[in-house]
Amino acid sequence: MITALWIMIALAALLGMILGYASIRFRVEGNPLAEKIDAVLPQTQCGQCGYPGCKPYADAIAKGEADINLCPPGGEEGIHKLAELLGVEFKPFGEDAQPKPKAVAFIDEQICIGCTLCIQACPVDAIAGAAKQMHTIITSECTGCELCVPPCPVDCISMLPIEEKLTNWKWRYPVFELRQTS
Amino acid sequence: MIKLRSFHGGVHPPTHKKESTQSPIMAAPLPAQLIIPFRQHAGEAAKPVVQVGERVLKGQLIGEPVGPISSSVHAPTSGTITAIELQQIAHPSALPDLCATLVSDGLEEWGVRQTLSYRQLSSDELQKHLRRCGIVGLGGAVFPSDMKLRHPTVVNTLVINGAECEPYITCDDMLMRERAEGIVRGIEILRHALGTDAVLIGIEDNKPQAITAMQRAVDESSHPFKVVAVPTLYPGGSAKHLIKVLTGVEVPSGKLPTDVGVQCYNVATAYAAHRAVEHGEPLVSRIVTVTGNVEQPRNYEALIGTPFSELVELSVAKADTNRYIMGGPMMGVELPAVNVPLVKASNCVIAASDVLFPPPPPAMPCIRCTRCAQACPVELQPQELYWFAKSHNFGKAQEYDLFDCIECGACAYVCPSSIPLVQYYRYAKSEIRARDHEKRAADLARERHEFRQFRIEREKQEKAERLAQKERAAAEAKAKAAATATVIATPVDPSADTDDTQQMRIDAALARAKEQAATTPPKNTETLSPAQRAEIEAIEERRAHIHELAADAGADDEPPKHSQGN
Repeated sequence: MITALWIMIALAALLGMILGYASIRFRVEGNPLAEKIDAVLPQTQCGQCGYPGCKPYADAIAKGEADINLCPPGGEEGIHKLAELLGVEFKPFGEDAQPKPKAVAFIDEQICIGCTLCIQACPVDAIAGAAKQMHTIITSECTGCELCVPPCPVDCISMLPIEEKLTNWKWRYPVFELRQTS
Repeated sequence: MIKLRSFHGGVHPPTHKKESTQSPIMAAPLPAQLIIPFRQHAGEAAKPVVQVGERVLKGQLIGEPVGPISSSVHAPTSGTITAIELQQIAHPSALPDLCATLVSDGLEEWGVRQTLSYRQLSSDELQKHLRRCGIVGLGGAVFPSDMKLRHPTVVNTLVINGAECEPYITCDDMLMRERAEGIVRGIEILRHALGTDAVLIGIEDNKPQAITAMQRAVDESSHPFKVVAVPTLYPGGSAKHLIKVLTGVEVPSGKLPTDVGVQCYNVATAYAAHRAVEHGEPLVSRIVTVTGNVEQPRNYEALIGTPFSELVELSVAKADTNRYIMGGPMMGVELPAVNVPLVKASNCVIAASDVLFPPPPPAMPCIRCTRCAQACPVELQPQELYWFAKSHNFGKAQEYDLFDCIECGACAYVCPSSIPLVQYYRYAKSEIRARDHEKRAADLARERHEFRQFRIEREKQEKAERLAQKERAAAEAKAKAAATATVIATPVDPSADTDDTQQMRIDAALARAKEQAATTPPKNTETLSPAQRAEIEAIEERRAHIHELAADAGADDEPPKHSQGN
């Protein structure tokens, strides 16, 4: 009887030690779910979700604090992906958060006074320029977040929708015209 | 005789090659105006190197290659460049692209033609020459030929593609019949550059005259090339399939033929290489078949940039022609307009009418008969790919090797439900490519954003360190001064809160500045007239009023930004 008790206690202590060691040895830094969510988000860093960037929004979703339909740049497809990842129902965009066509910022260099306010606002360092020097957008790096538009004191930044060119043209989904018979 | 293998599937569509092989290749008359697109090859578009208004000679470089996968573009005739602008080109999107407009002067005056003796040249020098001459794969893929000579692995077999499996197209057939000697010389140049021993020339057995002509040319040249008649089966002219038939080696999924020791060139590319090396002529013209719903179907040797409408006029399109197809009926694309220019990829133009190509009946549901799977030369499951593409399930489509699909159209050809399968695959492929591109852009944005945050943090830290250092230095200096001074007015407590002392100093400085401003009157107010004084006072009054209003509004809101400048 006593022996059995001792054996059980020893076993419990051993297993406890193994578990304790494992929790230190195989510790996961950060929240893996938040990272997965962050990978799905479009990384525009635009703050349209109300969080200061994609990572904070991902953290908020992972904690269950934020809804999955707050990211207009991700489009409906983004919501579908998040819903699939989190195992929740698809939720359409709200009235005030509708996706817009993709665009890049453009600085009218005739008007720019070189104040650097837009450079400070750009979350991905996609604006080149210096104080009292004309600024310009590095188009290939611009995520179209629009964060540079409000700080501009002379309103020289506009958002230009990305045009369809040969290099980004896509084959269309096959559709068939129905002929009217009567 | 070498042992021929076969590949899975394939179809036998009516070939319709007899129509356009009745008459020899005819040189198309010089058009009054040529439109030369700068994107005629796979990879980056060429960069214009001529100015509007400049006179150019035939064969003069007008677009230079940009980046590793790119090629040159040349003036097809002598004349004046009248415009470099966006113009409609032969592309299914009907979108415009950068083109040069060349008004010919009718002289056909050649520029400098540098001929080379290829035997003395290394592969590297030949590659540079082919790139300079704008030689690209003329079978339809227009991949820069110099890139295909660059291979890290040993290549021991050169396959020359004269199969021309697609219906209606006969440009390679006619080229082999009439210019076999030039082709064989070109093959020898490519063989020399690749350093291979074995050369196999594959020609489908529905072209007996081409086979005879090539055999004769090979015999006369005394090169140990083998001309092999391969069975006619669509798509036997696909590079990977021809390699399988001739050598028995299958190019694995996602690999290049060079990975298995084989390289493949089209006969027309070999001929272009011959003209480039031994005559110094860059690629400024090609053979093109004009066939279908025309009175005189035949092949033309036409300059790059010739509007298709001129070629169609020569062959006289029948009255009921309602559209034009570039390429063959299986893989070709409909031209957005008939006046778009001929490019290096244009092997054939088919005038189409509803009688010749009846519009397909409406697509019926897929009945899973798997006839497409039996016909697929790449051994895919086209019916599965169709389901995935139709339901936008792109991940699954990729798992089923969508990107191995060569878009040959054999599946759609046999489909009893007339489903436009290839359109679905093209749609899925371009969507997947766009998504990959977006994913890469997002990763780059994330990286840049993270670096920016790291940088801001680092700057903050550095600033704090600098300040602390300054503070320390100041404290030390003060302590030193205190130690040496005989009278200490206000002993500095080194343990005092630095924030407090700083604030105090700022306040003191502000007070001093205010005092100074109050005591010294503005310098420019002494010589004012009474009227000016009155005006200034009125302005001051208004300003005070605005300040009051701002102060009222500012109680619950921040003051407007522009007032900070006052």
